[in-house]
Amino acid sequence: MSGKKVSVWTSITFWRRSAAWVTGTATVLLMWLTFNTMGQIAMGSDEDLQNGVTKRIPAPTVINYKIDYKMDEKRGHEVPVIGEKQPFFGKEWSAEEAAELLRHGKLTQQAKNCMNCHTLLGNGAYYAPDLTKAWLDPKWNDGTMTGITGKDTVEEAMAEFLMHPSQYPTHERMMPDLGITREEAVALVAFLKHMSAIDTNGFPRNFSQSAKRLEGGTHAR
Amino acid sequence: MLASIKSNEFKYESQKLAMNYFRVAIVLFGAQLLMGLIAAIQFLYPSFLFEVFDFNVARMVHINALVVWMLYAMIGSVYMLLPDETGIEAVGIKLGKLAFWVLTAAVAVVVLVYIFVQVGPGNEATIWLINEGREYIEAPRWADIGIVVVVLVFYYNVFATYTKGNRTGIMTVLVADLFALAGLYLCGMFFTDNISMDQYWWWWVIHLWVEATWEVFVGSLAAYGLIKILGAKREIVEMWLWIEVLMLFGSGILGLGHHYFWIGTPEYWWEIGALFSALEPVPLVAMFVHVLYDWGKEQGHAEAGQQGHAVNNTPAMAWIAINAFGNFLGAGIWGFFHTLPQVNIYTHGTQFTAAHGHLAFFGAYATILIGMMYLGVQGAYGIKKMTMTFKTKMAIGLIVFGVLGMTVSLTVAGYEQVLVERADLGGGWDAYFIAQELPWYLQAQGWRLTMGLVTFTGFLFLVADLLTIGKTEAAKEEEVQAAAA
Repeated sequence: MSGKKVSVWTSITFWRRSAAWVTGTATVLLMWLTFNTMGQIAMGSDEDLQNGVTKRIPAPTVINYKIDYKMDEKRGHEVPVIGEKQPFFGKEWSAEEAAELLRHGKLTQQAKNCMNCHTLLGNGAYYAPDLTKAWLDPKWNDGTMTGITGKDTVEEAMAEFLMHPSQYPTHERMMPDLGITREEAVALVAFLKHMSAIDTNGFPRNFSQSAKRLEGGTHAR
Repeated sequence: MLASIKSNEFKYESQKLAMNYFRVAIVLFGAQLLMGLIAAIQFLYPSFLFEVFDFNVARMVHINALVVWMLYAMIGSVYMLLPDETGIEAVGIKLGKLAFWVLTAAVAVVVLVYIFVQVGPGNEATIWLINEGREYIEAPRWADIGIVVVVLVFYYNVFATYTKGNRTGIMTVLVADLFALAGLYLCGMFFTDNISMDQYWWWWVIHLWVEATWEVFVGSLAAYGLIKILGAKREIVEMWLWIEVLMLFGSGILGLGHHYFWIGTPEYWWEIGALFSALEPVPLVAMFVHVLYDWGKEQGHAEAGQQGHAVNNTPAMAWIAINAFGNFLGAGIWGFFHTLPQVNIYTHGTQFTAAHGHLAFFGAYATILIGMMYLGVQGAYGIKKMTMTFKTKMAIGLIVFGVLGMTVSLTVAGYEQVLVERADLGGGWDAYFIAQELPWYLQAQGWRLTMGLVTFTGFLFLVADLLTIGKTEAAKEEEVQAAAA
């Protein structure tokens, strides 16, 4: 404002400086928090898994372990629990093999544009189920999908489904054939199993109860 | 607007270039709506174009056309206001024109590859050449680099003109804001096998664009629009703009935390995200008050014959007023609905997000950018006072009603998903499909498609209006002048 300054509240200089300081402070805080978060979401190592050290994002070799999703009374929500060793596609994968597989799986996830139908960690499109805990989904673990695809294990059933999704329709809305090869399918399943072991602060809530809740309910039908 | 290729009374090359950006923007806006209709039909009739043009392709082009048409209209708006604000021709405008054609050619190639190639094998080549598979910023890496080069040229135009011409408050805000906006794009240009790390940086682009830098950009456009259309007093408008910058960045930067509740990031983001994103509607209220207050005040002054002039472009002013309201409603209210972690644990990844997305992108961005297009048409024909035609009113009525209808429908769908799929059944494959097949959900999707068609009809009126209003209004003005003489 020109002339004699009446009040600081109508001074452009005051508001410009305040805007700069507030923006600067928020940016510095965000950077500081980012450094902290980067440390916490860096992938763990194979040694961590062997020594039972829990990481928010475990090493790729987590595919060699049984994964569960259980209520943690102290935290007040469900958390992934990494259990005993479990073969994945019939073998134990070395640290290098598992890392390579996960990388291929993540690349395939992007290349096949999964995120424009599904959500991953809740982000994406809403045309198909959320994949955050897909590895633990009752549909794969209660014999339904292993039965439909005629496979013995969850990973084999998932791989078969991903390669020929429209051959195994479960609803009118189907997944299209995206030309996924056997190698890509194996890698994608590894990616999904790894994602199910990520500590998502309890999202999706009550997922571990879904099999129980589906049983006998009317679900508003 | 296309006819303004012939009628072009702009003094500055920069403003002629702006019209080219607007033309491409409106074409891409149409593409966005068509893709949205395909996707909406697929929700109701899943066999529609199955394994020919699947939902993921329609949805990818739907959201990409959205982002790109908005960026085009934003760049166009800057070229439009640049000479007005600085008082000089844009520096290096020839390079700017070349950049426009390069960018447009690149966008055309990217879209054709999306539509005809769709997906590729799971390797680096796909990420570089076909699509990156990351929502909103799917553009393959080669195009990313091309976009960065073009944006550097654009920024050079803006920055060099700013340093040479008048340095108004609006220009100072824009120069700083565009620097951040362009720089943030770099955060989305790398590959990592860690999905949490991926989404952490992905949100830096998406959130810090639409909930921080884009909002400040809109504040600058509204400030320019109020001066241009109402003759509002620059000192007051610019003081408001700095207050808006303070509040938008003060809440929006750390409001980023509301995307970090469930992606593997630590719990402290609950508190930070909740607090700062809950503050995000505050500046939107301020912007709303600011626009309507100035409108009323200037109108009053003009009617009392004291100073300034009444609205000299009623279509643009209408869209700016809708922006003030739509931004508050779509981004503010619909965003606040599900921003607290206690609520978001159930709403995250449901149609609730889609409802918010539709109203926010429309209310906060589409509206004011359409307003800028009307300012462009006014300039192209040298019209002193442009008023609404029948088509303008039809466009406004149908588009606003259509988008509100889609938003309400999707909110109902989201509500049903939250209650049945999430709260009752705990999520998962079966829970998801049970919720998708309930009548409540299907009815909501039916209304969404209907309202999508209403919106599209409104869009046709909008295009027809932009193409003809300049000529009609210019002829009307000439008639009045002839009668007076």
